[in-house]
Amino acid sequence: MGRQLKFNIFRYNPEDSASVPHMETFRLEETEAMTLFIALNRIREEQDPSLMFDFMCRAGICGQCAMLINGRPDLACHTKTKKLPDDITVLPMPVFKLIGDLSVDTGTWFRDMNTKVESWIHSDKVLDPAAQEERMDNVLADEIYELERCIECGCCVAACGKANMIPEKFMGAAAFNRIGRFMLDPRDQRTENEYFEVVGTDDGIFGCLGLLGCEDVCPKKLPLQDQLGMLRRKLGFSAVQHIFGKVFSSKK
Amino acid sequence: MDTFYADVLCVGAGLAGERVAVEAASRGYKVICLSLVHAKRSHSSAAQGGMQASLGNCAKGEGDNPDVHFSDTVKGSDWGCDQEVARLFAETAPLAVREMCAWGVPWNRVVPGKSMYYKGGQEFEKFEKQENEGLITARDFGGTAKWRTCYTSDGTGHTLLFTMDYQATKYGVPVHDRVEAISLIHDGENCMGVVARNLKTGKLCAYIAKATLIATGGYGRLFRETTNAVICDGSGAIIALDTGMVPIGNPEAVQFHPTGIVPTNILVTEGCRGDGGTLLDVNEERFMHIYEPAKQELASRDVVSRWMTHHIRLGKGVKSPYGDHLWLDIRHLGAKHIKTKLRDVEEICNEFLDRDPITQLIPVRPAHHYSMGGVRTNKDGAAYGLKGLYAAGEAACWDMHGFNRLGGNSLAETVVAGRIVGNKICEFLEGCSVSLKTDVIDAEVKKQEARIAAVKASTGKENAYELRNKMQDLTYDNVGIFRNAGDLTKAVEGLQEVYERSKNIGIRSNSMGGNPELTFALKLPGQVRLALCTAYAALQRTESRGAHSREDFPERNDRDWLLRTLATWKEGDTLPTLNYERPSKVWELPPGYRGYGEDKRIECEDPEVTGKK
Repeated sequence: MGRQLKFNIFRYNPEDSASVPHMETFRLEETEAMTLFIALNRIREEQDPSLMFDFMCRAGICGQCAMLINGRPDLACHTKTKKLPDDITVLPMPVFKLIGDLSVDTGTWFRDMNTKVESWIHSDKVLDPAAQEERMDNVLADEIYELERCIECGCCVAACGKANMIPEKFMGAAAFNRIGRFMLDPRDQRTENEYFEVVGTDDGIFGCLGLLGCEDVCPKKLPLQDQLGMLRRKLGFSAVQHIFGKVFSSKK
Repeated sequence: MDTFYADVLCVGAGLAGERVAVEAASRGYKVICLSLVHAKRSHSSAAQGGMQASLGNCAKGEGDNPDVHFSDTVKGSDWGCDQEVARLFAETAPLAVREMCAWGVPWNRVVPGKSMYYKGGQEFEKFEKQENEGLITARDFGGTAKWRTCYTSDGTGHTLLFTMDYQATKYGVPVHDRVEAISLIHDGENCMGVVARNLKTGKLCAYIAKATLIATGGYGRLFRETTNAVICDGSGAIIALDTGMVPIGNPEAVQFHPTGIVPTNILVTEGCRGDGGTLLDVNEERFMHIYEPAKQELASRDVVSRWMTHHIRLGKGVKSPYGDHLWLDIRHLGAKHIKTKLRDVEEICNEFLDRDPITQLIPVRPAHHYSMGGVRTNKDGAAYGLKGLYAAGEAACWDMHGFNRLGGNSLAETVVAGRIVGNKICEFLEGCSVSLKTDVIDAEVKKQEARIAAVKASTGKENAYELRNKMQDLTYDNVGIFRNAGDLTKAVEGLQEVYERSKNIGIRSNSMGGNPELTFALKLPGQVRLALCTAYAALQRTESRGAHSREDFPERNDRDWLLRTLATWKEGDTLPTLNYERPSKVWELPPGYRGYGEDKRIECEDPEVTGKK
């Protein structure tokens, strides 16, 4: 017989005016190779069909199922119960808008972030797809891919002290990583100054408190700390230029 | 009730849906995408190994061109595809890959000089030309004459989808996520949009559009053991089927992928075998070279899946609490290769199997993977039956895959079809003037309101989840890799019973908002209808072709069955209506032997097909 697991799950349905936030306990017998994907689906199908949570790929690829598992943001689908104690507390991620129970709206947050950092290749070249592609060194392609592996799950944002303080404004590690990705890419013609305009603010890289919870929890193990360091070094210089630029122009 | 208006409504925001959206938005049309999830989480992101395009830049791809790609695709389809579409696809794939490159995909590139590669467990040497340095490279995949599969490590779907969503963001295409289309609005001639349900609030809304695209992916979740994500539930095919007019093409053409991991059925990419991985049995011995001396582990997926199942039936499988399985061995590729080219595979093995693929074998078994069938369209992507309705990607039966899709051709299809169909939709919009039939819209909204109210008020005792389990058992156990009349009849009769019972679903939760149980209960009867299309069409098709393998009819019968199934569902019926058409209007490559798999054929006698007068 497997362990008796006790799940303490956050419950609240904002669509129901009678609903109040509370914790609810469910019990399940552990089965072999049980993940939170299996456990939460069993709870919904066998015990409480109103329980809200999100899964998609169930393979750690899509980033849909991030939640706080015993206090730590992680993907529920790749979390095995055998690595957890008998008592498992599951909460929705903070910062993001709650849809209900464990389900949060990461989609809207990330679309806003992508819009804010203008997350696309900026190029004035006219594409002729019939012509041979522009060359790139394979090492550089691998480096870009390394940063492109972000799955926008939101764990880094949920674990961020600053994002928890000003959830509507602070851009978070995922945005800095994205800017780092485009700065590496020669196809993006933006200048450092233009990147600076996007992230060189107190809601951007200069607002980071350096707690680095982001890097600790990233399920894809992205080098988020390195990106922050790189951006601050490079764009710090742009910041100085900016200030001098203003002084210079005010003298005129 | 909220009503939204657009020129183009894309139901689904994966690669195909967003590619169409980008095409229309970049030309100034107003586009809205609906999605069950944040667009970047669409199942396109789970495609790992790569996309086929005949660039011919790498040493083992030298001499490749669209002709070879076309021929591989037709053979892969077991002559079930539309050859005009396959030709259009093969010609466009290189353009699409370069376009995605310009938009930011970090394709792996040619590194000049000597390097080693593996095939069938043996090490070989190759030389990459200096002059090709930095061009997009490719890896080997099953059923191809050349190395043609362009890739970014084993996260190709992920990088393509992120890049596509960057473009959608650039053009400001709104993606209404957590919104599910639950019916098409039409007057019997023109499609005018959809009635949708907001999964955050549970509220109904109407989307009115001049052109509506179905790009909702496949229907793997009709099967118990599938590599597909939980949202691959057939919802797009179901709303098309519910019109009674729009047919599902070849619903019986269902692909099983050789390497789903045991027990979770998570996919590990064909790139494992493409890069030289081998399949081993209980004695840790290879077997594919015995069955397929030429292509070995890299025959097409239908062929490899069949031989694996055959080998397990001979008692050569590895016993496990989850049934017998085989091994995938990539250890000899080495840590460096696995850590750079097969990163997700490494992660999946470590996280879900507690196994290190650098030193240990991976337990695998064929699992349901892909729906070749879907909403039947012409070569422009326009659906049969209704004007203004389109489909693209896995949701469509366009039909370039016929009865078996080659690995790397699905990612390629999404961006190629998205490009072509997007263009055709823009042409359609240019000459389009639509009169808004508010009575038709109101009637459809009322019909859906009534359907939802009925499920909510039902005192029926049937449990939607239990019925789903029954449906999935029936399809997986009886409409599988090997099929026969007995099993298929069992599936059809069993599914008809499940369908009857699905009319008495009662829900236990009356929670407000999205209500996951209600969402599912609304979907299930349509899923059972779609499953019945699959089982019934498979029962009627008395031949073996591609992934449709009948033990009682082992020959590919080009004389009687060179046909595409068209399944429609008339309201009130308990079975689909099946019609048939020739799969292709042109026969650039007349039916012949594929070059792998068993060669059992009944020849076609139609001179229009064979070219022999």
